[in-house]
Amino acid sequence: MKHLITLKVNGDDYTVACDSSRTLNEVLREDLGLTGTKLGCGDGDCGACTVLIDGDSVSSCLTLAVSCEGKEITTVEGLAKSGEELHPIQEAFIEKGAIQCGFCTAGMEMSALNLLKKNPSPTEPEIRTAISGNLCRCTGYYKIIEAIHSAAETMKEKQ
Amino acid sequence: MGLSRFDYYAPETIGDACELAGKLGEGTMFMAGGTDLLIKAKRRLLNVSAVIDIKKIKELNKITFDEKEGLVIGSTVTLTEIENHPLIKEKYPAIADAAAATANVQIRNMASAAGNLCNAAPSAENAPVLLAMGANVTVEGRDGKRIIPLDKFFTGPGQTVLKQGELLTAINVPVPPKGAGTSYQHISARGKVDISSVCVGAMLVMKGDICEDARIFLGAVAPTPMMAKNAQELLKGKKITEELLQTAGIEASKECKPITDMRASKEYRTLMVAVLTGRAIDESRRRAAK
Repeated sequence: MKHLITLKVNGDDYTVACDSSRTLNEVLREDLGLTGTKLGCGDGDCGACTVLIDGDSVSSCLTLAVSCEGKEITTVEGLAKSGEELHPIQEAFIEKGAIQCGFCTAGMEMSALNLLKKNPSPTEPEIRTAISGNLCRCTGYYKIIEAIHSAAETMKEKQ
Repeated sequence: MGLSRFDYYAPETIGDACELAGKLGEGTMFMAGGTDLLIKAKRRLLNVSAVIDIKKIKELNKITFDEKEGLVIGSTVTLTEIENHPLIKEKYPAIADAAAATANVQIRNMASAAGNLCNAAPSAENAPVLLAMGANVTVEGRDGKRIIPLDKFFTGPGQTVLKQGELLTAINVPVPPKGAGTSYQHISARGKVDISSVCVGAMLVMKGDICEDARIFLGAVAPTPMMAKNAQELLKGKKITEELLQTAGIEASKECKPITDMRASKEYRTLMVAVLTGRAIDESRRRAAK
């Protein structure tokens, strides 16, 4: 069954004809060309596909695109909307060496955003819990935790 | 592997959803968060011909509490909403604990407690506490509504008494008796994110130091969540001492019927039932004293 749907991604409207059984991850990557969001396990375990829907982090691999009509979707591309100035979370990830191969990064950053929007001053255990659904096989997580701490500080200063 | 092809519907009322499910028949699945359903569809464990998304049904997305009727959790309420709900945290802390211990942040933002029950994994994190608290579920279909006690709901791994076209609309939890304390305990191979190797839900009703009533349910150690009957009986009418909670734990480990699988061995599970049952009794007792 095909549906003509309009998705609001990073503030832009996209109208796509998509089959009911396509995931948001497939439509973002294949139809909209927004390949910043990755596909890892496809089972909701690894977090590489994390995006925000109406402000909450979700696994885009387990979300049907048709179910997202009328909702605000934010992907990693929406972090640095202008394409020039990076988001404080992205700056911090670079600064602290929290990126190695980069495959988990988009998902990690979206989980960090989900956390910092709701809890601007997280403790280390809160950061660890917040990224417990994002697997990184390179960094050992310490640099990522440092980066999220640092991003929290910068974001508070900017406000 | 991608998803198999299916049709998608998003009705706005319970009546429409049940009507549609009745009309579409076999292969029609209700979907709340979709975090179990879509994995099963991807792996072709289920033959899905149509999905009825219930997230647009507003009346399913609410949590209510009444001093007489108790707590009602609608079937699209997410685990995150349960985990953070001030009233649930205050009056039903173990329900919030179980929700918070399920899967990871993203999945909790999507998945519902009702879905966790309907998928009926023997390890379903949210089942043991709800069972210990005497919860029941409201189920609606084309032929009307029925209330099913949760301890009559599960029939086997992935199996429930739900008939084709029936929708679980709410989880109803009675007001905890005076002097009640509850607890959820679990253990898994890799930290807190993994599916539980063993989980335990308990409710103790205390009068001073004496345990007047006890309900203990074990998850992931039998084909369905199971009552630890002998352990419960052991506690009733007694003062809860360190020795008694250990004895009750051992009793529970004798009753459980675990298997060895990818998550844990039968022997490990048996030992952990004893440990976690002891912890659940202890925490229930402490919470009752507050």
